[in-house]
Amino acid sequence: MKRHTNDVILESATTFITFIIFLFAVYLFFAGHYTPGGGFIGGLVTASALVLVLLAFDIQTLRQILPIDYKLMTAIGMLIAVLTASGALLFNVPFFTHAHDYFNLPLFGKTSLHTAMLFDLGVYLVVVGVTMTIIQTIGESD
Amino acid sequence: MSLLHLAILLPLLVSLFIPLLYKKIRSVHTGWFVLLVPLTLVIYFSQFISQTMAGKPVTATMNWIPSLGINFVAYVDGLGLLFALLITGIGSLVVLYSVYYLDPKKEALHNFYVYLLLFMTAMLGIVLSDNMIVMYLFWELTSISSFLLIGYWYERERSRYGAQKSMLITVFGGLSMLGGISLLSLLSGSFSIRESLATVSTYSGDPLFTVSLVLFLLAAFTKSAQFPFHIWLPDAMEAPTPVSAYLHSATMVKAGLYLVARMSPIFAEMPLWFYLVSSVGMFTLFWGSLNAVKQVDLKAILAYSTISQLGLIMSLLGLGAAALQVEILPDSLYTIATVAAVFHLINHATFKGSLFMMAGIIDHETGTRDIRKLGGLSQLMPVTFTIATIGTLSMAGVPPFNGFLSKEMFLTGVLEVSNSGLFHLETWGLLFPFFAVVGSIFTFVYSILIVYRTFLGPKQLDKLPKKPHEAPIGMLLPPLVLVSLVILIGLFPNLLSNTLIRPAVEAILPQVVEGGGSFPLKIKLWHGFNLELFLTLLIISVGTILFLTLPKWRSLYNRMPKQVSLNHQYDALLRRGEQASTAIHDTVMTGYMRSYLVYIFGFIVVLVLSSLYFLDAFRFDVDPLSSVHAYEIVLVLVLVGSALSITFARSRLTSIILLGVVGYTAALFFVLFRAPDLALTQLVIETVSVALFLLVFYHMPEISRKEERIKFRLGNAAISALVGLSVTLVALASLSQRSFASIAQYYIDNVADLAAGGNMVNVILVDFRGFDTLFEISVLAIAALGIYAMINFRKTGGIDK
Repeated sequence: MKRHTNDVILESATTFITFIIFLFAVYLFFAGHYTPGGGFIGGLVTASALVLVLLAFDIQTLRQILPIDYKLMTAIGMLIAVLTASGALLFNVPFFTHAHDYFNLPLFGKTSLHTAMLFDLGVYLVVVGVTMTIIQTIGESD
Repeated sequence: MSLLHLAILLPLLVSLFIPLLYKKIRSVHTGWFVLLVPLTLVIYFSQFISQTMAGKPVTATMNWIPSLGINFVAYVDGLGLLFALLITGIGSLVVLYSVYYLDPKKEALHNFYVYLLLFMTAMLGIVLSDNMIVMYLFWELTSISSFLLIGYWYERERSRYGAQKSMLITVFGGLSMLGGISLLSLLSGSFSIRESLATVSTYSGDPLFTVSLVLFLLAAFTKSAQFPFHIWLPDAMEAPTPVSAYLHSATMVKAGLYLVARMSPIFAEMPLWFYLVSSVGMFTLFWGSLNAVKQVDLKAILAYSTISQLGLIMSLLGLGAAALQVEILPDSLYTIATVAAVFHLINHATFKGSLFMMAGIIDHETGTRDIRKLGGLSQLMPVTFTIATIGTLSMAGVPPFNGFLSKEMFLTGVLEVSNSGLFHLETWGLLFPFFAVVGSIFTFVYSILIVYRTFLGPKQLDKLPKKPHEAPIGMLLPPLVLVSLVILIGLFPNLLSNTLIRPAVEAILPQVVEGGGSFPLKIKLWHGFNLELFLTLLIISVGTILFLTLPKWRSLYNRMPKQVSLNHQYDALLRRGEQASTAIHDTVMTGYMRSYLVYIFGFIVVLVLSSLYFLDAFRFDVDPLSSVHAYEIVLVLVLVGSALSITFARSRLTSIILLGVVGYTAALFFVLFRAPDLALTQLVIETVSVALFLLVFYHMPEISRKEERIKFRLGNAAISALVGLSVTLVALASLSQRSFASIAQYYIDNVADLAAGGNMVNVILVDFRGFDTLFEISVLAIAALGIYAMINFRKTGGIDK
């Protein structure tokens, strides 16, 4: 994927657009419980931000910026999802029972915290990991 | 577990130790150890004689599967005991004979005796089981052990062929017996033969009863080598001679007779039973004796002779069934047929066993069994000659041997049938004496043929592979015991009548005993001048004439076209079956994914449309429909237009783009139908998959990139139209038939209270139905790892290194 052309406009646009997309993805992820969004779509949008970097630069650049093993990311996501689900067993309630409550956090004020969010985090990580694994694998193959 | 069960299973238990004995004690022939088993059993079973004579059967139960009513119920009555004594008695003689027949240095004796003992248990199990499932178990065990014994010299092609043939035919019969057992037990509510008999009057009118009867008879006919299933027996002669003597003359082939005799009390009231058993038996008698004359191999003659004699006994059992029509037959003359059947069963076991052993001796001492090479051995082998003479004369029905007596009784039974007025036999019944006499004449001819061509006539010692001499005493002893029995029973026929025959006949015809009837048990060597005696004289004289003119008419056999022969038909059946299944397989399994998809979709169409039609499942109700808006119409037009364009697109690139159009339109539909999460996901996923499609397109090999339109196939078009139609119909019908209210209201009510959320879709995904999501992300992870593995590991350790 080496490019010999001069893509200054694309590359500079990418540098700040990526962050906007990433922020949007984080927003989608956190807002998911109340408004449209959630782990799945958040993960996909995050992945698309990374793909944009990939398109504007190349795989090596992306790897330098984010030295992440996406297979490991997938595994961690799965682990978080399963542990969240089985955590309920410790409190003697059925598998996959979520708990939630309202807390007064220092910066955010009164906030609801929900273990479903942890599960969604697992979904998010898996989706990002899976998408990036596929794209990277296919991109690297000749 | 009683002593009786132990006795039945004793050969099986001993067989476990045979290989050990064979490997550890090489100096002693393993057969000597085996000999102890049948000898012990003969002595053990003899002690039951007094009880069965008194009409007191012995029963012992060993629980096996009590919850299903399947228990190993050992039941010793006259019939079972007679067979048990035959099995163990002849078993002892055969084991003794095999000790001298099989060379311990050249033969795999451990295999032989393990199979033989297995067979002995199986036979004892058949004849002494009251539970039909257990009987079936032992029945199949005889098929398997017989298969192993026929294929004993497995390196010979003919042995394997014979073993396979007998296996296919007898297992076919065995399975039909299982069907018969299932039906009978359904009707009677029990697997026990005695209990089924006790309640037979309550279900004998059921049509399934007749089916069960036919299935049982199929089993009996295949096992006892009755026409047209007799073809396996001549090919089973590839087995070692002790096996032929034991299995294929005295025991296994009589399992079918045993089954007929055992089931007689249950089925014999049906006219069908009488017709089938007696006519098949009679025709087998005729056909077997006719074919025996044309054979040139000693064992083949004996095999066809066995078929013929089994047919004789079978027909007698059928005729004896007529005795159960007691209400129309005050005098029990018919019972003579059953008495004759039991009597001939014993006689046949004695003389046929000795004749097979004689054939084995000839084979062993001269190296051939071909009667064209043999001749003039009477001076060289005088003892064998004596054995052969007595055995064959008894088989031919010549006085004073036992075969004469049973043949006279056979003729009495056959003559009796036509003037009974039973079953409309006045006219067709005349065929019975005809077939009986013709069969007996041919029996006489081949019996004389055996003795004459082997022992008399010109000597042709130069044709023999070995220099013939008399066999060792151990080999002669078992046939001598048998022929002395032949003479003993011939001269003192009443020796066995009270001890063995009467209890057996009572077991076959219990209704007669209960009705107060009696049997003509006095078997007289000389019964005065009557029609039977004249018929015997006729048989002997015509037989002698036919034998003397044999060279003149023997060529008639060659006139029979080969295609008519049953062996040819059997081979053709197997060959055609294989060809047909290959042909079907080759036509159906084309290897093209396209064909399989046609099958799958065609099946779906047939199933859906026919069930919609036949179950009257289609309803279309317009009430629940909501109104249509202009946006939706426009979007539908875009969707249908792009979907149709895909099928007519020339280039693949166009198809991919159009597919993207379809996907984005679907996303727009999600927007219209207020599903924002779905719309978001659909947009991103569609983008990713179009990108992947383009990637695949970019990497297509040059050769298949040729741009061309999808070929039009009428069948494909029809099937796709039908699939579309059926899915549409199902969708419309299911829309119009909502039986339950949706559970969506529960989610709407509880999304905030129970799950503390606002986005219902997401709450359902991660909370209410989070389990599904967990495994969906597993699916994604597996897909990613699969792609990673396919691309990165494709060239390591594989075949295309």
